[in-house]
Amino acid sequence: MNPMKNVVLFGATSAIASAVARELVDTGARLFCVARDGEALEALLADLRVRADDPDGTRILGATADLADTDGHAAIWQQAQEALGEVDSVLLAWGTLPDQAACNASVDETLQAIHVNGTSAIALLARIAPDFEARGRGVIAAIGSVAGDRGRQSNYAYGTAKGMLAIYLQGLRNRLFFSGVDVVTLKPGFVRTPMTEGFNRAGALWAEPETVARGIVRAMRRGRDVAYLPGKWWVIMTIIRLIPEYLFKRLKL
Amino acid sequence: MTASWNRIPRVEHAAEVALGWRGRALPDVPRPVLAHGLGRSYGDVCLNPEASLLHTPGLDRFVAFDAATGELTAEAGVSLDALLRFAVPRGWFPPVVPGTRFVTLGGAVANDVHGKNHHQAGSFGDHVRALTLRRSDGQVLEVTPENTPEWFAATVGGLGLTGLIETVTLQLSPVRSAWMRAWSQRFESLEAFWELNAQAEREWPYTVAWIDCLNPGAGGRVGRGIYSGGRHATTAPRKDAWHERRRSIPLDPPVSLVNRLTLRAFNHLYYRQPVHATPRAVHHRPWLFPLDAIRHWNRIYGHNGFYQYQCVLPPAASKDGVQALLDAIAASGQGSFLAVLKTFGDRAAPGLLSFPRPGATLALDFPEKGRDTERLFARLDAIVQEAGGALYPAKDARMPADVFRQGFPRWEAFAAYVDPEFSSGFWRRVTA
Repeated sequence: MNPMKNVVLFGATSAIASAVARELVDTGARLFCVARDGEALEALLADLRVRADDPDGTRILGATADLADTDGHAAIWQQAQEALGEVDSVLLAWGTLPDQAACNASVDETLQAIHVNGTSAIALLARIAPDFEARGRGVIAAIGSVAGDRGRQSNYAYGTAKGMLAIYLQGLRNRLFFSGVDVVTLKPGFVRTPMTEGFNRAGALWAEPETVARGIVRAMRRGRDVAYLPGKWWVIMTIIRLIPEYLFKRLKL
Repeated sequence: MTASWNRIPRVEHAAEVALGWRGRALPDVPRPVLAHGLGRSYGDVCLNPEASLLHTPGLDRFVAFDAATGELTAEAGVSLDALLRFAVPRGWFPPVVPGTRFVTLGGAVANDVHGKNHHQAGSFGDHVRALTLRRSDGQVLEVTPENTPEWFAATVGGLGLTGLIETVTLQLSPVRSAWMRAWSQRFESLEAFWELNAQAEREWPYTVAWIDCLNPGAGGRVGRGIYSGGRHATTAPRKDAWHERRRSIPLDPPVSLVNRLTLRAFNHLYYRQPVHATPRAVHHRPWLFPLDAIRHWNRIYGHNGFYQYQCVLPPAASKDGVQALLDAIAASGQGSFLAVLKTFGDRAAPGLLSFPRPGATLALDFPEKGRDTERLFARLDAIVQEAGGALYPAKDARMPADVFRQGFPRWEAFAAYVDPEFSSGFWRRVTA
């Protein structure tokens, strides 16, 4: 079991990461939260500090950073380590849900979507991996998506980024296994977050961020390799992956 | 489609958007707008037909807590359930809670809700120390009872019409355990209720009575029931573990399960339940929020929904008025699962449109039966108006405008504070 005592959350103001933070606060963990929007980060930190009985902010820390700007990764990672001491757990949770129609109309939009959701996360993973490798323990987790399991016309720019991230994590998992570090690929299905506002979100396939957050903490503690959240998405995606391509290309998904 | 708890009226909104962060401009949706929390009110105070709803449950963050004084500031979408989970283990309790903990702080302020302890603690607004109110012109008002008393009086009980409540600062009360000491006792008639009530209110901070509104008691008149009193316990029982057994009504039954037969039987059985005249330990959840243990209990009325009818009658008219209401209900043959009777304390409420006021309040629910229900309500309205009483906006889907205006004579003074870009189905209905 990974202890998760000193945790860095990248993209902490996302609905899922915020819910993870609340889960962790109740376990007594120390947190370093990174987000782009300073006001939102302050609101998040204030909430966590109340929940943690930490009005002075000794356990609940944070800083702003635009994680799409990979040049800033070294500095924010340094800051997090200085704030927490030994970081034993990291969660990468930033991202956007790009508009596929806009991507279809613009090469720049496509590359931007892939950068924010894929390449920038890979850049941070590459940055922090040597530190975990050197210490020989801990857990690195990143939020991918079921959308990364198969390309579909409705969101394949996003899917490409998340699929690329999943393959990078696979390789990293293989590399860090030999130094005792767990690498967890998280694949949430449909979650009721601001990211998915505007969709019709009724129905059994939609989950609350709190449910997904509990699954994330459990998967990170146990050092799971790949976790579909909730678990039924493993069944759904296994079926979807099994559909032959000559049929799949004819579907309107 | 967003509905209120009783599922009447069924309306469409032009837009619905979830708010995520405080301190942001109002979203760009068709005007007018209205904040909507957890939708536990019964009717259209939380609906805005053909206009827009701003869903507030995403505003669910705490802002600050002073562990020494028990003053808590939180975003308006924080539920009382979340607040209780946070506060009770730390030895604090919301000073006023309604009959369900699945309401937001914003909703509790906007409806100036009351609880079983009104005679000692007043209403929710009596414990609010500050509010932040976002107006559609971009102003954010820091509203306190001391510095901006007129905005405070308009916003507490203001049905969400004075702007978007973003944060609420609440003074919590200290408690020593999550448990209560509570007792209950049958009474045979309303006369017996009044006697019991006068005595119990002096000693017990929480009191309430359930009335069997179908089966006559002593003297052949309806008015028998069960009286309960309680207070926060100073110690937890030795076996402190308490697990809520939550049940759920999984789907709409094809017809309402509430009909003459089931009502009569239910009321009879409920009256015959074991009572405990000597106080015993009971966890605060089942005692204060009995219906919260059954998720979606509103479904028992089927797809058509139901009405709540909650009125308050001034002290001088309380005794005759409550009997007259119960007689009228019994004569109609329509009845209620849970008829609740309670007296309010002798104090003025903090809001211009606050419902609590000295007197007795009776709350009942009725299945939707079209014409029959309308006729009964018209009869009940006449008794309430005759007595100089009022109906509770948070529980209303049908009161005529004149009943509202008579019950809330300061409504015109209040109207001056309504944000020009905020409105609700209720407000348009009673001011049109």
